Amino acid sequence: MTDYNAYIATDTIEGADDGPLAGRTVAVKDNISTKGVQTTCGSAMLDGYVPPYDATVVERLKDAGATIPGKTNMDEFGMGTTTETSAYGAVENPAAEGRVPGGSSGGSAAVVAAGDADMALGSDTGGSVRCPAAFCGVVGIKPTYGLVSRYGLVAYANSLEQIGPIARSVEDAAELLEVIAGPDERDGTTRDAREHGTDYDFAAAADGDVDGLSLGVPTELLDGADERVVETFWDAIDELEAQGASYHEVDLPSVEHAVEAYYVIAMSEASSNLARFDGVRYGQDGGEGNWNESFAQSREAGFGEEVKRRVLLGTYALSAGYHDKYYKKAQDARAWVKQDFDEALTDADVLASPTMPVPPMKRGESLDDPLTMYLADANTTPVNLANLPAISVPAGETDDGLPVGLQLVGPAFGEKTIIRAGSALA
Amino acid sequence: MSDNAVDGDEVAHIADLARIDLDDGEVERFTEQFGEILAAFEALDEVPETDREADLTNVMRPDEVREGLTQEEALQNAPDSEAGQFKGPKVS
Repeated sequence: MTDYNAYIATDTIEGADDGPLAGRTVAVKDNISTKGVQTTCGSAMLDGYVPPYDATVVERLKDAGATIPGKTNMDEFGMGTTTETSAYGAVENPAAEGRVPGGSSGGSAAVVAAGDADMALGSDTGGSVRCPAAFCGVVGIKPTYGLVSRYGLVAYANSLEQIGPIARSVEDAAELLEVIAGPDERDGTTRDAREHGTDYDFAAAADGDVDGLSLGVPTELLDGADERVVETFWDAIDELEAQGASYHEVDLPSVEHAVEAYYVIAMSEASSNLARFDGVRYGQDGGEGNWNESFAQSREAGFGEEVKRRVLLGTYALSAGYHDKYYKKAQDARAWVKQDFDEALTDADVLASPTMPVPPMKRGESLDDPLTMYLADANTTPVNLANLPAISVPAGETDDGLPVGLQLVGPAFGEKTIIRAGSALA
Repeated sequence: MSDNAVDGDEVAHIADLARIDLDDGEVERFTEQFGEILAAFEALDEVPETDREADLTNVMRPDEVREGLTQEEALQNAPDSEAGQFKGPKVS
């Protein structure tokens, strides 16, 4: 066991004797419910909370024979880009000493990068699988909205999030996705990929064949990026070209507004979702006083500062007089982003960009400057707004040895296309 | 000072609506940060009105009784319970 603080708990959950994942370990992010095993979401609010049921993805892992070696550390309720907002302490980056592992699924990426688990599950609301995969030098997939059941995932922003796999190779990530994907009657937003012109043979798609693949490169996603990241990004594109792919630049004007729209929508949904934490059915006891006083005390004690910030901003964005200015405009932006991506994907098989515009930040640098941390999600959040699948694969390292991720975005239910493209590199 | 600035009273009012007590330090930090963050959200003003193609399907199922949590399971994480029920704070 390493000391990156990547696990919140290391209770082992054994799966079935046989199955496609028999003999393999799959760590699970601590916002995914595990029956009988504490699930905290990285929050003091849920310290000691033990779910009475399994998330659908956990049931599927167990049926597939996987062993779950523990629950991984994360930004509180998924709210963060660095895994520093956890009530259980920050996670270190095994691939870049002194740097953050990315977030919010930082623990999941760290255990995979350090070799403590074969694979892991994270959740991705605005980049929370892809960012830590990029920062820790591993592979992460954010599936098409509706491909994977969210039943048992503690909600942060339902309309945006998906559970996704993290692994050291694209093939492993694809194999894990194959196990967790598929419709679930307990999540009404799941859809059957077979009714969308494809199937679930994801691992077989990891054949590395990019001959004839057409890559679109949205210039807007390179513009503000760190020079070292851009350089590494083009090296990866060169490598794909050498293997038979071609690229052209595309314009996605809407993405200039995506990160703002994402935060308005995510915070608004969070303000509603997190209203359930009132210290009555679960959570911190609010103590003496009337309902309102007791709830407010429970939430003061249970929530960390980033969670309070987002719940408050979401409450503000939805409040009378501001709803049209923020929430409604953000929904316009979301529709615009969706149109832009759909159009760009008629001329390209996949869209390529750096996963993160910056290399992993130094630890402790981001906490006092929330806006800068939010803006670091510029390249990942548009994909959630557009409900599309995306993969982050290692693109290489900067000259100073920091991991850089390449993000490949595909059309809805185009998982096999991004898996095939990504497998040419990892 | 821009139009986006919120003052401490407004932050306290939002916190009240969200049912979260804040300490003085939090009110002070949030007041400053919210001004910056809301100024960034201002960029959404430039977004054109866009048609939203809703791709909606009815996913309702027949309302049949199914196995659910037992009363004991439902109560196992409650800070306080009495006679098999959740116990909340007093109403007034």
